[in-house]
Amino acid sequence: MPKDGGIGASSKRREDVRFLTGTGNYTEDININGQAHVFFLRSDVAHGTITSIDTSTAADMPGVVQIFTGADFEAVGGVPCGWQVTDKHGDPMQEPRHPVLAHGKVRHVGEPIAAVVAETLAQARDAAEAIEVDIAELPAVVNMRDALKDGAPKVHDDLTGNLCYDWGFVEENKEAVDQAFRDAAHVTKLELINNRLVANPMEPRVAVGDYARGTGDHTLYTTSQNPHVIRLLMGAFVLGIPEHKLRVVAPDVGGGFGTKIFHYQEEAFVTFAAKACNRAVKWTSSRSEAFMSDAHGRDHVSTIELALDKDNNFTALRTDTYANMGAYLSTFAPSVPTWLHGTLMAGNYKTPLIYVNVKAVFTNTVPVDAYRGAGRPEATYQLERVVDKAARELGVDPIALRRQNFITEFPYATPVAVEYDTGDYVATMDKLEEIGDFGGFEARRAESAKNGKLRGLGVNCYIEACGIAPSNLVGQLGARAGLFESATVRVNATGGLVVMTGSHSHGQGHETSFAQVVAEMIGIDESMIEIVHGDTANTPMGMGTYGSRSIAVGGSAMVRATEKIINKAKKIASHLLEASESDIELKDGAFSVAGTDKSVAWGDVTLAAYVPHNYPLEDIEPGLEETAFYDPSNFTYPSGAYSCEVEVDPETGKVSIERFCAADDFGNIINPMIVTGQVHGGLAQGIGQALLENCVYDDNGQLLSASYMDYAMPRADDLPFYDVDHSCQTPCTHNPLGVKGCGEAGAIGSPPAVVNAVVDALQRGGKDVTHIDMPLTPSRVWAAMQ
Amino acid sequence: MTQVKMTVNGKAASGDVEGRTLLSSFLREQLNLTGTHVGCDTSQCGACVVHVNGEAVKACTMLAAEAQGAEVTTIEAMANADGSLSVIQQAFQDHHGLQCGFCTPGMVMSAAALLKENPKPTEREVRVYLEGNICRCTGYHNIVKAIMAASGQDVSRIAAE
Repeated sequence: MPKDGGIGASSKRREDVRFLTGTGNYTEDININGQAHVFFLRSDVAHGTITSIDTSTAADMPGVVQIFTGADFEAVGGVPCGWQVTDKHGDPMQEPRHPVLAHGKVRHVGEPIAAVVAETLAQARDAAEAIEVDIAELPAVVNMRDALKDGAPKVHDDLTGNLCYDWGFVEENKEAVDQAFRDAAHVTKLELINNRLVANPMEPRVAVGDYARGTGDHTLYTTSQNPHVIRLLMGAFVLGIPEHKLRVVAPDVGGGFGTKIFHYQEEAFVTFAAKACNRAVKWTSSRSEAFMSDAHGRDHVSTIELALDKDNNFTALRTDTYANMGAYLSTFAPSVPTWLHGTLMAGNYKTPLIYVNVKAVFTNTVPVDAYRGAGRPEATYQLERVVDKAARELGVDPIALRRQNFITEFPYATPVAVEYDTGDYVATMDKLEEIGDFGGFEARRAESAKNGKLRGLGVNCYIEACGIAPSNLVGQLGARAGLFESATVRVNATGGLVVMTGSHSHGQGHETSFAQVVAEMIGIDESMIEIVHGDTANTPMGMGTYGSRSIAVGGSAMVRATEKIINKAKKIASHLLEASESDIELKDGAFSVAGTDKSVAWGDVTLAAYVPHNYPLEDIEPGLEETAFYDPSNFTYPSGAYSCEVEVDPETGKVSIERFCAADDFGNIINPMIVTGQVHGGLAQGIGQALLENCVYDDNGQLLSASYMDYAMPRADDLPFYDVDHSCQTPCTHNPLGVKGCGEAGAIGSPPAVVNAVVDALQRGGKDVTHIDMPLTPSRVWAAMQ
Repeated sequence: MTQVKMTVNGKAASGDVEGRTLLSSFLREQLNLTGTHVGCDTSQCGACVVHVNGEAVKACTMLAAEAQGAEVTTIEAMANADGSLSVIQQAFQDHHGLQCGFCTPGMVMSAAALLKENPKPTEREVRVYLEGNICRCTGYHNIVKAIMAASGQDVSRIAAE
């Protein structure tokens, strides 16, 4: 029987009512009395030296308040990078300065050069057109391999070249890996591209800066996944505002997918300008602007090799990746191709020896950073494509080859530094075969063939590291932040309670699922619990939402704080009931004395805490409010197996997804409806990457895909109904809820399934095709068939 | 500046607008009806869909001046008179047809327009009709399911919660 409340119930989302009635409160809906608007004049060339900026005509245009250029920001810091990677020689990565407004040079199309603050956005835009900028254009570097050649134009003149770092992992294993390849019975090699993507949350970024002259308090309203991180980065590193004078609010946020983690120049600008102009300043990104200013995702070029022995056991894996950083280092960019990618290369398999090399490269393109999955999709795609190719080369069943090499004993320490606590890869593959009805595939293929279509079946597995992350570990790896999470639970006198969480919800439904957890722990109705997030003024210092960490880390902090509440409430109850504390039991919202009929209601205890007339004041303080900070002891390791069935039209190369199945192991689940929805959304993004989406620059660094006319977003008629199952559950062993996280799985696990399916369809159709790079557009598939 | 007058959500509304003022800007900025969202600048995403004289229209693609004298309905007027969710809105909640909520107003307005002209659409008809509404969160599965449920069709055989 499905539960109707608490942990495990598909409770309907409470936040839906405001979103369905047009009463959400997104940053763009916030207007401050007297606010001005800013429009950024952005570079239309990829690389050049700014020789002059003349703002005199623009300054006299109607409505103009003030015009800013890079010179106005010389005295403040650059936008910081939050992760320092150490290269294979033990040296720190090259880290360029990232100015708020371009100074001296422009390094990518879309880099802001000047900012016009005016009474209206239209006036600001009009005036920006009157700014005269002279840029001496320089040759641009776009292709990563070209960027590393001798004599290539340098993106940053003060760096030694365009190589950010050359990372080797695990460097000590390199020789042993090479030897294993020399000893291998079979080696499969694959070169592939993980295509550059744009996250495209439907809400474009918005930032509103406000300044209270009387108190010196700054407020920034922004479309962020992590307001405290923005407060810390912007306050400490860019503008020099102490945290107690800076409030950051991220209200309803219309999707993030990673690209709203990062601290952006526009946030620093509006905060700075609000003080300089002595009025609130608002920036609203257009979609075209978003394409050239939101951090992009993926963009890896890799060569992967898999060594097998004569019995088809995997003996070693070796990968060599070029990772595009863009023109500057976005907040977490250096960590994505390294610690979020190299550590996942073992996948679901007991490959004993692995070596990962990553060269991170500066180019004259928009910065690249985490996008849904962040490093883990790139690892999964490489691994699951090369395993599939190996099976086809060896003439063995791709599922059987995977099963043969599965890790089956846990905990399992991989050769790439992580330890999986739990998992059951056989169970998820069994489940996948069941829901995917693989036995019926041949009949479906025959039916497709009757219609002139080539049908293929692609399967893959995935493992991800979520619940990011143990602070002491990531500190050793170069993170310049802790990755704990926090929660304050405030119980009111009349028994309702407020959870103030450092996690941020921008579509994940925390207001519902977090309340379910606390309701279950105390035994009260979910409606008595309010979840507050997104405002540094009324939540404890938290690190925000990304890396599928909210329920695993933020939820754990909330559990710990609630446990403290329950412990104190039991003390109060024992006093009211004149019984020993050890005899007090909490069930269904009432405290009772074990073995008796004496009890006191939750509301009586909470009232006593705030009206402490009959209260053990000599032993405990009044009030009922507790805070907990939770720092995880390990990552969590969700895993699963996915399958895709496609039809390929041999005449046109068009691929249609006929069936997509996902069998995931997320450990324990709080709200199955929400979990399923998270998987759906991830699948759509992964299928979008595999078939449609591609961010394209020309050789001069011009962005060719800068609108929805050019960048193919998945639409309803591109996608099928999905079959999603998460009944395989091996609970996480190291967090109190036994949860693993589910937000990124769909995007991580789906691209290889699609490509494997298309290759399968073409090979079954007699075509000699072993690989096609994503996106598998009709023209690419058609060309591969010829 | 031109004065425009129209009926918005059953009430007379007027304001001074520039020739270039879009209907979406007029609704959001002058009438404070911020439920109509703007997600792109090329008339692709559909977050701004409203009804103008009963037809679904992308409000970012129509000038406010063009709505002179029109009957405009926005997401704010889609609930029942007693404030409870309408059948379509309730179906979206029941079937988890929204996540971040940003595309949702446009989805609901498009769904209402679809069901008015096609009361029992097939899955394919729903998907094709939504070609002009982009959602980045849901993968569309639950949106399509919600709209079919709102049309009174049995969706229990469609997979998942």
